[in-house]
Amino acid sequence: MAEDTGTRPAAPPAAPPVGAPGVRPWLRLGVVAALAVLALACYLLLFVRGSFEFAIERRLTTAGAMVVAAFTQGVATLLFQTVTQNRLLTPSIMGFDSVYVLAQTALVVVFGGGALAATDGPGKVLAQTLLMVAFATFLFRWLFSGRRADLHVLLLVGVALGMAFDSLSTFLQRVLSPADYDVLSVRLSGRLGTADAELLPWAVLACAVTGFVVLRRHARLDVLELGRDTAVNLGVDHRRELTLALVCVSVLVAVSTAVLGPMTFFGFLVAVLTRQVAGTHRHAVLLPMSFALGVLVLAGGQFVMEHVFYATGMLTVVLEFLGGAVFLVLLLRKGTL
Amino acid sequence: MITVEGVTKAYGTTPVLGPVTQVLAERGITSIIGPNGAGKSTLLTIAGRLAEPDTGTVRVRAGDGGGPGELDVHRARSSEVAKVVAVLRQENHFTARLTVRELVSFGRFPHCGGRLTATDVAAVDEALGFLELTDLQGRFLDELSGGQRQRAHVAMVLAQQTRYVLLDEPLSSLDIRHAVRMMRLLRRVADELGRAVVLVVHDVNFAAAWSDRIVAVRDGRVVAQGTPAEVVRDDVLEEVFDTPVRVHVLDGVPTAVYHR
Repeated sequence: MAEDTGTRPAAPPAAPPVGAPGVRPWLRLGVVAALAVLALACYLLLFVRGSFEFAIERRLTTAGAMVVAAFTQGVATLLFQTVTQNRLLTPSIMGFDSVYVLAQTALVVVFGGGALAATDGPGKVLAQTLLMVAFATFLFRWLFSGRRADLHVLLLVGVALGMAFDSLSTFLQRVLSPADYDVLSVRLSGRLGTADAELLPWAVLACAVTGFVVLRRHARLDVLELGRDTAVNLGVDHRRELTLALVCVSVLVAVSTAVLGPMTFFGFLVAVLTRQVAGTHRHAVLLPMSFALGVLVLAGGQFVMEHVFYATGMLTVVLEFLGGAVFLVLLLRKGTL
Repeated sequence: MITVEGVTKAYGTTPVLGPVTQVLAERGITSIIGPNGAGKSTLLTIAGRLAEPDTGTVRVRAGDGGGPGELDVHRARSSEVAKVVAVLRQENHFTARLTVRELVSFGRFPHCGGRLTATDVAAVDEALGFLELTDLQGRFLDELSGGQRQRAHVAMVLAQQTRYVLLDEPLSSLDIRHAVRMMRLLRRVADELGRAVVLVVHDVNFAAAWSDRIVAVRDGRVVAQGTPAEVVRDDVLEEVFDTPVRVHVLDGVPTAVYHR
């Protein structure tokens, strides 16, 4: 009986982990990634009328926003579902973005609209994001560290919290002066088509950092998905990993909401698709897959919307509708289990 | 040897365990018996660090003599403890859809961090073979019967190759055929692989037939312990379970009759 298994042999076999059906998940990822790039290229380069430079500049901004949206929503939702061991909840359903809206609104109420306009330096943006992240992390860690919380109770708590935060935001917005409200609403109503080009590099930076942190822990995420008890048994510091994951989710949602405005069901749609398409439980594949699928859905959808239906601004509406429908179907099916 | 020292646990203001000071045996099978709500599972899960004690410590001897001495289960690095103590709860429901082999491979995580080396693959094969799961290794967990799934989970903690294996009610929801099979396998785990197995068992007769030592718990305290012959006795069991019990020796094994 060899007890010294901690020492690894010098040359690990190059074969894929046994048990995973060959390399097929990686192949699937490759195909989806290629399709996503193709969709992005189609969106950028086809059907240009008039000045190419003007069109490409506008489209690049939108494409950047789509990439950020796909990454933030896809990865945040996947991560959230993994650490909460739940395929129905998403950060948006649990009110993460409501926390962001409330934080922004409170900032304007306390310091005035001038403050918000003047706080556009990266330092200040960073400070308020950190504040929001700290609050959301604290709140949701408290909610999810409870033992065996019932799914429906959590859902109810999340929806109620989200509504409470939204109502509080609405109330605070009522007492603002029109000028301040104007500043705030510009800040809060991001859209794919009208994303703020200056924010994008920061958003991409935040995505890159979070992505690096998350991807490095892909094996630990696999274990976390087995639940607290199994994770602890296998030597994963559950409390720390859960907190870290929720911090990452908060950052991603903050970025997403800042650049694109609140989206409730897009992340859910991407997460459901990801698990269906990837055909594996391993986050080394799942995480990039959610990003690629998000880009594919957004870029492909936007392309079709603009050039087939001539309805440019409708994509998010359609996606939210589709995502909401899938959510209801899954919830109802789960409800009968 | 797992040494539980002065451990207490309360849920809210209701004390459920302790203070318990107890040595869980170094080798062989130790069964924890007792009535519902006596604190059996709480004791086991605290020893396996799935739950934190309110007071007290749990220490395990990590190496064979001359080794790195003792680990405090709740304070040592989680990844280190995971190489010495493995613990399995009775209910395990996963959201991820895993094959048997994938599940058992997770048992190697403390050693390889998710990247299986040749040693790890061999350990997984051994655990699968030992629990007679080699033919089922490609099946998904949700395609298995309860008994097969239970074995798959046990195979995972075996693949961890820890010195101590703690199992919370491994016989729950198994019929007699599968329960006997599970106990026979655990006996082999203790005898052939030299692991110390500690389990919570509901059925006194299973404990009597297969254990080396029995620890009886009642109202959060250890009220009796010893070999099956010392614990499975009329007076001891009546005291533990608060129910009339007659013990007969059948085929050399003390057998409790309590159904009437």
